[in-house]
Amino acid sequence: MSERKPILGGSPIRKEGRAKVLGAAKYIDDQELPDMWFGATVRSSIARGTIRSITFSPEINWEEFAIVRASDIPGENTIVHLTKDHPCLAANEVNHPEEPILLLAHPDKTALIAAVRGVKIEYDELPGVFTIEESETAVENNDVERIIWPGSDQGGTANCFKTYLMYSGDAKETEDGLATAFENADFIVEGEYHTGAQEQLYIENNGVIAECFRDATGGIESLCVRGSMQCPYYLVHALTLVFNLPEDKCRVIQVETGGAFGGKEDFPSLIGSHAALLAMKCGHPVKITYDRAEDMAATTKRHPSRTRHRTAVSKDGKLLGGTIDVAIDGGAYATLSPVVLSRATIHAPGPYKWPHVRVKAKAMATNIPPHGAFRGFGAPQSLFGLERHMDKIAKTIGLTPEEFRRRNFLATGDCTATGQPLVEPVDMQGLLTRALREAGYHEKLARFAEENKTSSIKRGVGFASFMHGTGFTGSGERRLNSLVYLDVREDGRPEILVSSTEFGQGTNTILSQVAAQTLNLPYESIVVSPVDTSIVPNSGPTVASRTAMIVGKLVERASLQMLTLLRNEEKLPEAHTPEEFKAAALAYRAKHGSLRCSVRYEPPAKIYWDDELYRGDAYPGYAWAVYVAEVAVDMNTYMATCTRFDALQEVGMVMHPVLAKGQIEGGVAQGIGYALYEKCMWKDGRMMNNQMTNYIMPTSADLPPIHVHFEEVPSIHGPGGAKGIGELPMDGPAPAILNAIENATGVAFNTIPLLPEDIFERFTSFTDPELGGTEDMDPAVDRDTRVESAEVSA
Amino acid sequence: MRSDVSQFDLTAPPSLDAVLATLAKEPGKHTLLAGGTELMVALGTGRLNQHSLLSIQHLRELRFIGVDDSAIHIGSGTTFTDIRRSKAITADLPLMAQSASWTGSVANQNRGTLGGNICNASPAADTPPVLLAYGATLTLVSASGTRTVPYAEFHLGYKKTALRPDELLHTINVPRTFAGYRQYIRKVGTRNAQAISKIALAAVAKLDGDRIADIRLGAASLANRPARCSAAEAALLNQRLDAANIDATVRAARAGLASEAKPIDDIRSTAKYRAAVAGNLLEEFIRSLVV
Amino acid sequence: MSVIQFSVNGKRESIDVPPMKRLLDVLREDLHLTGTKEGCGEGECGACAILFDGELVNSCLVPALQANGARLCTIEGVSTEGHLHPIQQCFLEKGGAQCGICTPGMILATHHLLDKYPNPTMAQIQEGLAGNLCRCTGYMRIFESVQQAAQQANELTAKS
Repeated sequence: MSERKPILGGSPIRKEGRAKVLGAAKYIDDQELPDMWFGATVRSSIARGTIRSITFSPEINWEEFAIVRASDIPGENTIVHLTKDHPCLAANEVNHPEEPILLLAHPDKTALIAAVRGVKIEYDELPGVFTIEESETAVENNDVERIIWPGSDQGGTANCFKTYLMYSGDAKETEDGLATAFENADFIVEGEYHTGAQEQLYIENNGVIAECFRDATGGIESLCVRGSMQCPYYLVHALTLVFNLPEDKCRVIQVETGGAFGGKEDFPSLIGSHAALLAMKCGHPVKITYDRAEDMAATTKRHPSRTRHRTAVSKDGKLLGGTIDVAIDGGAYATLSPVVLSRATIHAPGPYKWPHVRVKAKAMATNIPPHGAFRGFGAPQSLFGLERHMDKIAKTIGLTPEEFRRRNFLATGDCTATGQPLVEPVDMQGLLTRALREAGYHEKLARFAEENKTSSIKRGVGFASFMHGTGFTGSGERRLNSLVYLDVREDGRPEILVSSTEFGQGTNTILSQVAAQTLNLPYESIVVSPVDTSIVPNSGPTVASRTAMIVGKLVERASLQMLTLLRNEEKLPEAHTPEEFKAAALAYRAKHGSLRCSVRYEPPAKIYWDDELYRGDAYPGYAWAVYVAEVAVDMNTYMATCTRFDALQEVGMVMHPVLAKGQIEGGVAQGIGYALYEKCMWKDGRMMNNQMTNYIMPTSADLPPIHVHFEEVPSIHGPGGAKGIGELPMDGPAPAILNAIENATGVAFNTIPLLPEDIFERFTSFTDPELGGTEDMDPAVDRDTRVESAEVSA
Repeated sequence: MRSDVSQFDLTAPPSLDAVLATLAKEPGKHTLLAGGTELMVALGTGRLNQHSLLSIQHLRELRFIGVDDSAIHIGSGTTFTDIRRSKAITADLPLMAQSASWTGSVANQNRGTLGGNICNASPAADTPPVLLAYGATLTLVSASGTRTVPYAEFHLGYKKTALRPDELLHTINVPRTFAGYRQYIRKVGTRNAQAISKIALAAVAKLDGDRIADIRLGAASLANRPARCSAAEAALLNQRLDAANIDATVRAARAGLASEAKPIDDIRSTAKYRAAVAGNLLEEFIRSLVV
Repeated sequence: MSVIQFSVNGKRESIDVPPMKRLLDVLREDLHLTGTKEGCGEGECGACAILFDGELVNSCLVPALQANGARLCTIEGVSTEGHLHPIQQCFLEKGGAQCGICTPGMILATHHLLDKYPNPTMAQIQEGLAGNLCRCTGYMRIFESVQQAAQQANELTAKS
């Protein structure tokens, strides 16, 4: 046997990369089926109301069109997520702008332009609520006119999709502990932090092609939907309800997907069902692809949030206790909001030791298109609040942001806020030391303070410390019960069969690396099956930073199982050559007709999780990180720019350094956009800037050098010691940047996105007597939040 | 794609004379289409109301950069890329080259034309502040003749220009008299590239010792059209920049600018911000003159 | 309808289409060259970028009629008989392509950039690619891909 370089930890060529650089990769809009029609969606023009009438313009020959309305749905009129409040098509009432009401299909897509405009819908409008606060107020005042969501059997109440109450210990003991902590605190620090909606802005819009097959009697036999998506089995599930069909009659094929970031997690269930309904109606395959304006206006965004902290601290800089209240804006239907809220809740206390902490969280309903999954999934929101608040506490009690955090970091053997013992090594102290060194933090801190005295450009540095749980929360992975197949094909090549999808992040490549490394075969010999639910098993959705660690581990186990099988059955030598493997595999196939190893999820260590108390092992593993931002704020234009970024993380063993760097850099770029550029402008629930010209994502000329550093500590959970990486980089940039802006200007900003207009308003308010008078001349006074110095007489 | 392209007519007359003859025959019926970077966006979003279009992108006679002793003459069909590559413009009219470099992306600079930028008449357009500061004139042609108008008199209101329906913008003439001038331009956009101006200021000034002997200011997004800032200019002309006077000069100039600024709140920024930053840019320019 | 003649990737084409049809749609629908992508339809994202008489343009903003007589190059014309162009090879090796949807436009923008600046500075790269939005990479892997492509081209020139 020849010695081969390790494949995991190397950077082999991305599996589907050649097709991509050639322009040969076929995305959904690059595909067509014979006799295919095109579909379009007629949407509500108001935020909330009942449909009074629908009329069709006499100028259009409607005979040529297939028209689908709610009453045509053969099964349930619902897009199922966790509850069934979300209709596939609005029947009588609408609850957000751009809500789908009618579907149209025609063989010529040009004909749809006039047809969509030719459907006139009249409404009886009802008052809407558009912010967390308006939604809360309606509940507080029992304003029935503005109770826009009734509650559910899944724990939802009026206008509130979900609440969580999480204690760092027994509820009563924690409440008592908090009472004592606040009584004895040297300082009590309060703060309120807001984050805005964020558009995923994958460059490929949502799109699908659906087919509906009839049986001999004309009944619906089966469906096939192909499209751009993350989670084909989610769409299978949605179709089974909309069409009242068994799972095996609802086939879903994921095609090359041009970016997703969570935006193609739950939404394809909607557009996929729509196209299938049109295919049912017209008897042809139907393609629906959104244009950019429709995709931005009608599909999901990151949940806006508000986080309130109240923290008891001792004068030597120890956290004594804290309460954290997190609220997110879920939009008009529950969709995934309860799960997003869960991650926001669990991540809210961050990588710190809290003797006593209580997190209260809620997801409120508003008449905005439902917010959904976006990389980070609740964690960027609550971590923004936490990491801004940590800087605020440090400033209040007179410690540096660094020293204050050092006195409170979690370490190996400690318990997290959910009571999870950190069994695997955690070294936040070491990470912080290295991150600050890599970024030149201390030198810059001193230099900028000096230079800022005379410069109209104020520069600063700031950082954020955080962690991100990988895999589904708590018992989630056990419930998913993921299944993976590893086959050997007729040509002797191993083939991985999973429902985990590739949408740029590298699924195909890293899973092939795992198989190649474990099977001791060349990377090039591994094949990844197309993701077609008629072929691949359900290995769970491609979300939650779970693919590398959870699915990767299953591929590793399947590979080991295959080696054992071939060693036992076909006398494959211990140190085999690729040729010996092929011979053994083909010999096995000749005897048995096929060769397949299938492996189901098993927790690698014991995981306890109590869904009622929200306590236990929240995640199998965590990735840990310290991110450092350097900024420049131009006092002539009030523009804050990130001028350098250092991202240090401990994500277990790095499987593919090139892909991993790319993931981190891409996440940091989205985080910089989240902090400083990307603002959804809403008017009565409608996104007003639904074009790339007016929704500002960073270009290549807007991003600073992003330096990525890894600390490699093998984890027991993932293949080859790896952990998840996908969402982590979204969490840190925004608080690090706003911390740096406070360092640069002396002013605390606690809302993102932070645009030049916001900085301008704040600075001019200091000198405008009508806006606050002289006390505001001191920029160190934080006008957003209240600081109580509850200094107990010593 | 929100337009049915079969409902639009586009022809490419063989010569400028043919274009002018067509315009003269049915004034107001046809719309000129050059680089397409504006009208094609309108087509895509379903907002293009003009259905009869004449392509002038192929007319070589509109794509030139001519230099004589007193001026640089730029054909209206000259692309932003042509402008950036012109040695004469880079040397004599650096603000022109600079503003061309931040008009859209490279791909859009390769198609978009100076004439299109002017005739589209967006108050946020990138080149107009420079043309105002440089005191450009425009040569307008029609089947019935040629006339020249000062660029400062071209924009009459929001997206309204002095161009008659039978006319075409032929040449942009920019004087070559700025060798001894201090020149300044700054664009504050939504981001560093591919951005639409929230505010932009172009300025040229001639100093006689520490006295401002000549000054011209042009701004984008400060009014409903590209605007020459005459009140600020008046406040600055003949003022001294010595230590005793500079602060008063700055204050007067800012007040002048504030009196003539009529910015708006829109999807990209706020009126307050625009007015304040315009003042800051002006102050930055004035103080840079002292050095 | 207008008969429009041009060459794409060295091949002469003659098509009969509405003169205002977007060149992007002509390429994708009439010529089945689907490597050219639509991201925004307003000239903002660069996914539809092609070379038009050697210059980078957004094909979503070009009416078909204006392509009459032009020499076009799309992503399909960058490689030769399945052999990757060095720029494509560098994007592959350096991680310049993630989801791949911006990649064709990005590669053509790089092609255009390196034509103008064989040794581009970082500022030139940043400006040259600013019209091509990428949501996956944060651009850093793309910058490395471009730098490696430039370096290889220069080494090749130096040898010959």
